[in-house]
Amino acid sequence: MKTIVTSNGVSARQLRRIILEQSKRAHVGHIGSALSVADIVAALFGGVLRASAPDDAAHADRDRFVLSKGHAALALYAALHLRGALSRESLDTYCGDGTLLGVHPEHELPGVDFCTGSLGHGLSIGAGAALASRLQRSERRTFVLLSDAECNEGSIWEAVMFAAHHRLSRLVAIVDLNGQQALGYTDDVLNLSPMAERWRAFGWDTHDVDGHDTDDIAATIEGLDFAGGPPHVLIARTVFGRGVSYMERQIKWHYWPMSDADYEQALAETGG
Amino acid sequence: MRGAFIRELTELAAADSRIVLLTGDLGYTVLETFADRFPDRFFNVGVAEQNMIGVATGLADAGFIPFAYSIATFAALRPYEFIRNGPVLHRLPVRVVGTGGGFEYGTAGPTHHALEDVGTLRMLPGLAVIAPADFEQTRTALAATWDLPGPIYFRIGKDDRNVVDGLDGRFELGRAQVVRHGGDLIMLTMGSVAREATAAAAVLDAEGIGCTVVVVASMNPAPADDLAELLAQFPVALTVEAHYVVGGLGSLACEVVGERALGCRVVRCGVRSAPDGRSGSERYLNALHGLSRDALVETARGVLHESAS
Repeated sequence: MKTIVTSNGVSARQLRRIILEQSKRAHVGHIGSALSVADIVAALFGGVLRASAPDDAAHADRDRFVLSKGHAALALYAALHLRGALSRESLDTYCGDGTLLGVHPEHELPGVDFCTGSLGHGLSIGAGAALASRLQRSERRTFVLLSDAECNEGSIWEAVMFAAHHRLSRLVAIVDLNGQQALGYTDDVLNLSPMAERWRAFGWDTHDVDGHDTDDIAATIEGLDFAGGPPHVLIARTVFGRGVSYMERQIKWHYWPMSDADYEQALAETGG
Repeated sequence: MRGAFIRELTELAAADSRIVLLTGDLGYTVLETFADRFPDRFFNVGVAEQNMIGVATGLADAGFIPFAYSIATFAALRPYEFIRNGPVLHRLPVRVVGTGGGFEYGTAGPTHHALEDVGTLRMLPGLAVIAPADFEQTRTALAATWDLPGPIYFRIGKDDRNVVDGLDGRFELGRAQVVRHGGDLIMLTMGSVAREATAAAAVLDAEGIGCTVVVVASMNPAPADDLAELLAQFPVALTVEAHYVVGGLGSLACEVVGERALGCRVVRCGVRSAPDGRSGSERYLNALHGLSRDALVETARGVLHESAS
């Protein structure tokens, strides 16, 4: 079975602009993490995910998406907006009082399947979703976007073993391998290398991809065998803060908000 | 109660294909009834309780009713946050099944003693907490609640022969069951240790002390109205639970008394001390913590003596 990838106007450039606009307006951080996954999210919402628009929310066979690295929620909100699932008015409530658009995704928001934010949770939910699709003989696939540092969590490896043992071929994990976590570089905090070999050793169909090449990501997913075999993982090499020179590979942009000058420069560099 | 639970679940599963059973590699000689009959809906996920609850969450979101089984401490406490952020936050019909409340795994030691499961899970809004007192109530409680729209924690006992006199398998969500009537004292009890409470009441009755005994199996939603009506009739109440005195039935009784401004003293019989390394049979440990028939009789006599003086 081939996955039909179509262009629907969601681009990483637009996602980055919304991420920057909303982060500035709300004066909040987690900017670097959202920029890190912008191209991955663009690939998924730009065509990989089947029926991801909200008017298809009731469609039982639509693909599921779990943003296990919930702190990149702004990238998800931006994608939902560009897909027409989220109005500009709603988007502008990001981090406001009473909003459904917090820093981490909330399933009450149409288009968000699962609440995430506590790292290490999303892959086991995704494994359950994939098991469900097998039991229901559905072609529905489940995509789970993980951070690399999230793989510090033992629960991730519980789910990795489970999915491999049960050969959940409709489960796709994508690891945002940006080499950073909240307080430092992953090599310094808790070494995760070699990431791809670890997943491969656990029995996953493992692919190295350029996490900033939307076409590479989409084409790799298109080539996966969803009909049988092991679950799939894309180890997506990324740059934290990608697109904004002063944020790239800088630890402080995990939490730091932008000043007016920071914002102007960021807009200019991302094609403002 | 485990056997009764699984037999009832197997019957329910025959009629409803949404029911799936997961286990964290526990339940030898207990789960085969289900596993043999529905091998496609039975998953031993291995010794990985967090993943078990996560997988159950994904299954429930897709329309299944997953039952996730382990010893109570492992089912309730290891994946506590997965229960919180999964079925509770998403309001999904996951059923966490913890076997062996209190000291039922006595000789296994403190890692296996479930003394805070009800208290910690009772705090989670929307999570039904059901702790049946005997095997027949286990069966009826499951039959009455298995298809609730939200999540449930079942705290079930190990002993399939346990019978609480006067209970006759009655269960109603959000209600309490009176199993014995008497005018001098009221005992509220939860779980398998209810048999000690009823036995103590029989001894007291022979001494001329009338004791009302109430089984509280529906810890959430709590039978607050039933308890208020009963507690208002007595100057003193004993709560009897194989659980820390904080968070469980004793706390619930105090909440009702306080919020309704009732004039009833609550004496909480339960575990008050930290584990000190001692282990032993359930009978020994219950007695050690004042939960045996004889200890409860002593406590009741003392409390009534204090009230009279």
